[in-house]
Amino acid sequence: MMSHLPALQVVVPLLSAPICVLLGRGRFAYGFTLAISWVAFVISGLLLQAVVQGGAISYQLGGWAPPWGIELRVDLVNAYVLLIVSAIGALVMTYAKPSVDREIGAEQEYLFYTGYLLCLAGLLGVTITGDAFNIFVFFEVSSLASYMLISLGPNRRALTASFNYLIFGTIGATFFLIGVGLLYQMTGTLNIADLAERVAPLTGTRTVQAAFVFMVVGLALKAALFPLHAWLPNSYAYAPSVVTIFLAATATKVSIYVLIRTIFTIFGVEFSFGTMSLGPLLFILAIAAMLLGSTVAIFQDDIKRMLAWSSVAQIGYMVLGLAFATVNGVAGGILHLFNHALIKAALFMAMGCVFYRMGSVRIEAMAGIGKRMPWTTAAFVAGGLALIGVPLTTGFVSKWYLLLASVESGMWWIALFILISSLLAIIYVWRVVEAAYFMPSPDGAPEGEAPLLMLIPTWVLIIANVYFGMDTRVSVGVAVDAAKALLGGGS
Amino acid sequence: MSHHLVVRVVSKLLIPYILLFGLYVQFHGDFGPGGGFQAGVIFASAFILYALVHGLNNARKVLPDHWVRIGVALGLIIYAGTGVISLFLGRNFLDYDVLSQNPVSGQHLGIFAVEFGVGLTVASVMVAIFFAFAGRGHKIDEMEG
Amino acid sequence: MEWPGLYNYWIAIFLMMAGLYIVIAQQNLIKKMVGLSVFQASVFILYITMGKVTGGTAPIIIPGDDVLYSNPLPHVLILTAIVVGVATLALGLAIIVRIYEAYGSIEEDDIEKEEENAR
Repeated sequence: MMSHLPALQVVVPLLSAPICVLLGRGRFAYGFTLAISWVAFVISGLLLQAVVQGGAISYQLGGWAPPWGIELRVDLVNAYVLLIVSAIGALVMTYAKPSVDREIGAEQEYLFYTGYLLCLAGLLGVTITGDAFNIFVFFEVSSLASYMLISLGPNRRALTASFNYLIFGTIGATFFLIGVGLLYQMTGTLNIADLAERVAPLTGTRTVQAAFVFMVVGLALKAALFPLHAWLPNSYAYAPSVVTIFLAATATKVSIYVLIRTIFTIFGVEFSFGTMSLGPLLFILAIAAMLLGSTVAIFQDDIKRMLAWSSVAQIGYMVLGLAFATVNGVAGGILHLFNHALIKAALFMAMGCVFYRMGSVRIEAMAGIGKRMPWTTAAFVAGGLALIGVPLTTGFVSKWYLLLASVESGMWWIALFILISSLLAIIYVWRVVEAAYFMPSPDGAPEGEAPLLMLIPTWVLIIANVYFGMDTRVSVGVAVDAAKALLGGGS
Repeated sequence: MSHHLVVRVVSKLLIPYILLFGLYVQFHGDFGPGGGFQAGVIFASAFILYALVHGLNNARKVLPDHWVRIGVALGLIIYAGTGVISLFLGRNFLDYDVLSQNPVSGQHLGIFAVEFGVGLTVASVMVAIFFAFAGRGHKIDEMEG
Repeated sequence: MEWPGLYNYWIAIFLMMAGLYIVIAQQNLIKKMVGLSVFQASVFILYITMGKVTGGTAPIIIPGDDVLYSNPLPHVLILTAIVVGVATLALGLAIIVRIYEAYGSIEEDDIEKEEENAR
């Protein structure tokens, strides 16, 4: 069965979704989804191990050889992303039960879990497939599921947020589809490795250049890169807690991964950064995202919304890393992809705990919460420190690599912007800390911690943040190798 | 629309042929144009016509909601399950060659099963979408009335 | 490169721009969905156009060696994309129905007003 791991990675969650529908109401749906999430995590762990030891794995769906058939291709870059997505998925599901019971009606619960499984399968599919059209299909599987999940949010604003996301997401995916179509028109292939070979001699043509622009713009929309981030803050703020955690940690990351694939593998550094001069554009957008996202985050009274704006800024960091197009820069971007998933998942989990107890995540609800929910608040503070980039946390490691890249490329002024954005992060994290520890609890505020089932996954992520902040051998090693493979023209 | 005699009689005449045509498109799909997607939609349109003429409640009696839901799930399971069977027979996912003695009839059997799954899911989804929207309509009418 | 020879592409581009404009300019949510569908349909036309081989027939095997077929692959891709489009449309309309139940309107500015009043 080991050789079939790439197929199982997608098929297991995909096949579980209809089974989850058949299980119907009752307790089975949750237990089943939990088990499947962990199975997916184990598979991705085995895949990463196999790739690290034996190099890239190629799997032919239906036994049709690429470039004719659909190929699933796992190399170092996407094995890493697969692990992130499935690890967050497994932890989120462990955490989900009490939160879902509170926020979603019992009637809809099994459909909620079905949607979650489809979303997971879609994201894993986008990451693992080696076929450009397949990326579009899996994008839509995960996106349609996530629109549904967001619309289940407790506030009616969730509906309008979800609708906006649907419009933006569909336009983004369709742009990507147009790009793929134009490439197919020129090359007659959809296989990514094959495309990379055949696009190289055609880079002078207008069609390939148009395809590049369509694909990058579409993916920037999906990844919520400034100024195409308009859908993100409301979607994250009004979705159910569990959905926010999962999407914030995975959905935009997967889009960034496809962006990496498009820029570096399909079109190659020379074309993307030479002919099309993508570099300056990405620098400007990334820095604008960092500054604007962090600044707007300071003025938010809804903490989930604040964290969502902070996500806009963090996507800026990832894209900044890509813009350097050097080993340290791209490694920094990939590292931040991994680290930010850990950080944001931990922070949103802490907010989920607060919502569970308080029924609100506005700044007023935080007053005096440090005494009543010490563990949750401590987790939020630790996550906040990682977000700022304090040494010995994950946030520091990735920012360190970005600083390194900016000095190396002789663009030290970019280091300044990274610093400013981090200082802004201190302000918005401090606002919560101030409310939590230095304001008195209002009378009659609910007492007591969140359930243990929710606290443990939160703290697992916090510990992971500190661990990967200190022991950087694994995460940095893989990221640097992945960056080298990408810049060396595929692998 | 229950008092429109002509519509009722004509729809009764038409529905069996629509169903039959759906089945034809489904099962002829591996020789000529056709297949699960088209057949599913045609098949579902018969139920939708029934619901339009005889009312949603009667249609729901013919095809209860939970059966529709089971149809949606079962079709997908048949599709993916076919792939998993070839996994267990030691070949790649969705490699139909091993489903029968020789590869050609294996491919034939495989695509047959997969298209059946697709048809079932598409038909059920179409009916489910129609039921969901038509069922909600009454709520909106009440709000405005 | 005389333009009537490529008129399909002009149609596709016109529909693409029209659809995108409707999505951006319209306040009514249903009209937005209409625009989105037009936008997606334009991409379908783009794909189908590139599958056409001049003088080629439908890709159903006919006995004989010298039969020229059109490329069936874009058709298959677009079949998938159409299904995705249908699912998107159904989900979008379902959300609009629920928005109507929650706000009593499907006009964007009315929804904003309603939300401001509730605050």
